[in-house]
Amino acid sequence: MTEIEYDRVPKVVEAIGRPELSARLRSFWESKPGLYGWLATVDHKTLGIRYIVTAFIFLGLGGIEALIMRIQLAQPNEHVLTPEEYNQLFTMHGITMILWYALPILTGFSVYLQPLLLGCRDMALPRLNAFTYWVFLFSGVFLYASFLIGAAPDAGWFNYVPLASIEQDPGPNIDFYALANIFLGISTTLGGVNFIVTILRFRAPGMSINHLPIMSWGTLTISVASVLSIPAVSLAFFLLWMDRHFGTHFFDPATGGQPLLWQHLFWLWGHPWVYIIVLPALSMVSQALPVCCRRPLVGYSLVALATVLTMVLGFGVWLHHMFATGLPTMALAFFSAVSLIIAIPSAVSLFSWLATIWTGRPDFTTTFYFFAGFIIVFVIGGVSGFMTASVPVDWQLTDTYFVVAHIHYVLIGWNLFAVLGALYHWFPKMSGRMLDETLGKISFWFIFIGFNVGFFPMHISGLLGMPRRIYTYSPEMGWSTLNLITSIGSFVLAIGLLITLVNVVRSLRVGRIAGPNPWDADTLEWSTSSPPPPYNFAVIPTVASRSPLWEDRLGEGQKSSPARGFVLDQGKETLGTTMLDAVPDVIVKMPEDSLAPLLLSLALAALFTTMMLEAWWWLAASAIAILVITVAWLWPRRSLGEIEGSTS
Amino acid sequence: MWPELRAGLSGWLSPSRTIWLIGAFLAQFYCAPARANAPLNYLFGAGPRNVSTLTWGVLTISIIVVVIVTGLLLFATLKSWNRPASPAWKERELVPRATNPVAVVYAGLILSTAVLLGVTIWTMMTLADVAAPPSKPTVSIEVTGHEWWWEIKYLSSDPSQIFTTANEIHIPVGKPVAVRLQSADVIHSFWVPALSGKTDLIPGQINKTWILADRPGTFRGQCAEYCGLQHAHMGLKIIATSKNDFEAWRKNQLQSESEKSIGSAGQNVFMQKCAVCHTVRGTRAGGRVGPDLTHLMTRTTIAAGTLPNRPGYLSGWIADPQHVKPGSKMPRLQIDGQQLAEVRTYLEALN
Repeated sequence: MTEIEYDRVPKVVEAIGRPELSARLRSFWESKPGLYGWLATVDHKTLGIRYIVTAFIFLGLGGIEALIMRIQLAQPNEHVLTPEEYNQLFTMHGITMILWYALPILTGFSVYLQPLLLGCRDMALPRLNAFTYWVFLFSGVFLYASFLIGAAPDAGWFNYVPLASIEQDPGPNIDFYALANIFLGISTTLGGVNFIVTILRFRAPGMSINHLPIMSWGTLTISVASVLSIPAVSLAFFLLWMDRHFGTHFFDPATGGQPLLWQHLFWLWGHPWVYIIVLPALSMVSQALPVCCRRPLVGYSLVALATVLTMVLGFGVWLHHMFATGLPTMALAFFSAVSLIIAIPSAVSLFSWLATIWTGRPDFTTTFYFFAGFIIVFVIGGVSGFMTASVPVDWQLTDTYFVVAHIHYVLIGWNLFAVLGALYHWFPKMSGRMLDETLGKISFWFIFIGFNVGFFPMHISGLLGMPRRIYTYSPEMGWSTLNLITSIGSFVLAIGLLITLVNVVRSLRVGRIAGPNPWDADTLEWSTSSPPPPYNFAVIPTVASRSPLWEDRLGEGQKSSPARGFVLDQGKETLGTTMLDAVPDVIVKMPEDSLAPLLLSLALAALFTTMMLEAWWWLAASAIAILVITVAWLWPRRSLGEIEGSTS
Repeated sequence: MWPELRAGLSGWLSPSRTIWLIGAFLAQFYCAPARANAPLNYLFGAGPRNVSTLTWGVLTISIIVVVIVTGLLLFATLKSWNRPASPAWKERELVPRATNPVAVVYAGLILSTAVLLGVTIWTMMTLADVAAPPSKPTVSIEVTGHEWWWEIKYLSSDPSQIFTTANEIHIPVGKPVAVRLQSADVIHSFWVPALSGKTDLIPGQINKTWILADRPGTFRGQCAEYCGLQHAHMGLKIIATSKNDFEAWRKNQLQSESEKSIGSAGQNVFMQKCAVCHTVRGTRAGGRVGPDLTHLMTRTTIAAGTLPNRPGYLSGWIADPQHVKPGSKMPRLQIDGQQLAEVRTYLEALN
């Protein structure tokens, strides 16, 4: 091949009935069998499923931590846990759910689905995609290693100084927290970059920005926000580590540091993060709910704009976590106003879903059940957020169980209900088999009832003054019955989740065969087989609307051609298109499977471990290993068109 | 079985009955705080009325919104509930894009914007009202947060009128009290739900707030910012009394401990075992690590609201503080039964 190959105009062909094309593409795209292929694969579908499975494992770990705490709190003056054990558990529960479950699960769905939704063959940067997965996994293992030595983080997920300073918390607990978070931040930031490039440059021809699937709007929005916000908090974690080990004084008031600086740096990321871990979930609902309702989404443009607007405003509300820190009234007033106004775009999405159901012909699948349940908890989580946005009210509500109820309605309600609906919707695409609907509905009722029985009473314990993060309480406080109900509900919720787990395991073996498009859905991922072949699409589809598979039946005339388009079979190739109009632009050479991502993340894990152990020579060795692997990874290759001349 | 169940259920669940059921369900929760006997409840406080009104206001708006949206969702869903079992996917028609009731979204947008702007204005007005006390405070106190108790200092321009106590604050009814907040170690938060919201105690800065009780009574408070092992046991009390009672209490607090028990066995034990950390004014005991015990017996609780201040609990606490508050800064002392009885007798005379 010569460089002229990249300038060629590919042929346009029909994909159907061309077994030789499929075989040829498979030879380029399929990972090798065996251990090497397993470790070296860069296939976004494999990685997406790994993300999903790993994130659900972290959900399980965080859930077990929660259940142990609920046993401790089920009755007043319990002695199941010591205060230190309780503090480690609630801290790890928060960190695990917010950082190692909530975004990675959405990243998993996005990594799996985005290339399929967009009509391309992989993420823009496949090796980086593998790298971000391994870093996510190893950072989680690193964090959980703290349990093995009995020194898990214990200063809460927002880890306020000076409680987290070396004087107050001399053990390794907080170092695990700071370093694991920096480690994970690498994954999340680079993952964001990958999504931005993929969504802006790898869309099928004709998928102009106004035809972008609504789910891609969610992923694109939060990816930009991740890239903007995570480096700031990684710096804060690093400053904390410096304070603890090198005697810097960023947060130490005795020597001119500022404890509030930590809170600003943390929430400057922390509040956008709340939107980062819910907006993609909301956009999955906006993507799949219309399919259940047999109609296009009502108000697509408004919902897309609302998604972006929420994120923009989300950068201007961080102070509402700090209303009680003695800030000037003027600042409180401004942040209170923005915190109230940010509910407006959420109302847009809400009314769009309601109108979609109202004017649609919903089919009462398990997915629909989860989405309908989602809407109810969405509203409850929304209005409790609205209450805390009002400063004088928040002075009472903050740091009570009311806020605990609020964050669980947001995180379980907005994230988990949407994720479970999405699981029932896209599992057939990922596995080729249907999940069982009866088990699904039983699971839904356990989850919906368990969740509301468990978490709704927390609002009331909060109104009755129960503070967060107390390991026990006395009977005369009047919280005993409510806490018992909460504990019972949380176990019912756990049973519901186990039923879905059983459903997944069972369906993988005996589930009904799904076929390419079991829901008769409208977007490109349903135009290919279930599960999709390693190359996703035999030819690059062409798109002319937001619902390429529904056009004829919507009475708009079939203009998209999911099965007819450019054939790119001269190696591992996909098509790059222009940013706004998605006009074919370049043929992109995609990298082969590689061990470099795994090795680099192992070297990073070594680096963070040596930082943890303060083994400076080993740290230097890890740094050199990182440099060497990075150079090897980035070494220009002819096969990727990075060097002029022949590749053969 | 499923279709029959579904048909039966949807027949019984008429939209109006559904709304009624949900309303009744939520009303239960709405009434629960009113019935409950919970000392940290703040919905029925004795502090600024306008904050309670705003709280009840946004709570009511929230419940109305939840009921309306749930109702809309149920109507939208039940509309299609009794449709005959769906034909195969491929034969199903789609609702065309032209049926696009985007006006519904705009209506929701306008309605929610109106409500949110209204609440924003209401919030700003309330915020302006409570930013400063209604009249100039006549009593000023300084609260210092410690792991895990509260040091309370009554301030005055006259040094002879300054005194220190712990964990219980007496205030005169109907008079605003200025509160300066600082911390000796980590961040705590000062919170007396019935009287005011939270203000943090942050090392390196002094925060200010004020409290006002409009009726006499005892109001419980609690540290509201996670501060480590015994965050759960960091309570405080505010006792609002008439001006005369308050003055009497204040006069008594200003007294140093009389020398009557000098040389008693209990005092000797106290000086050996306790004086390093605790102060008893008028004696050699001048420790600043733990609470000032000069008028210990005028307080109703010990260990920051953890135990009632009664002889049995006092003995238990001195004998093994780590059992009551694991991680507490008060160590388990090497003290035998006789010494314990003696020191307790000494403490019981501190009033």
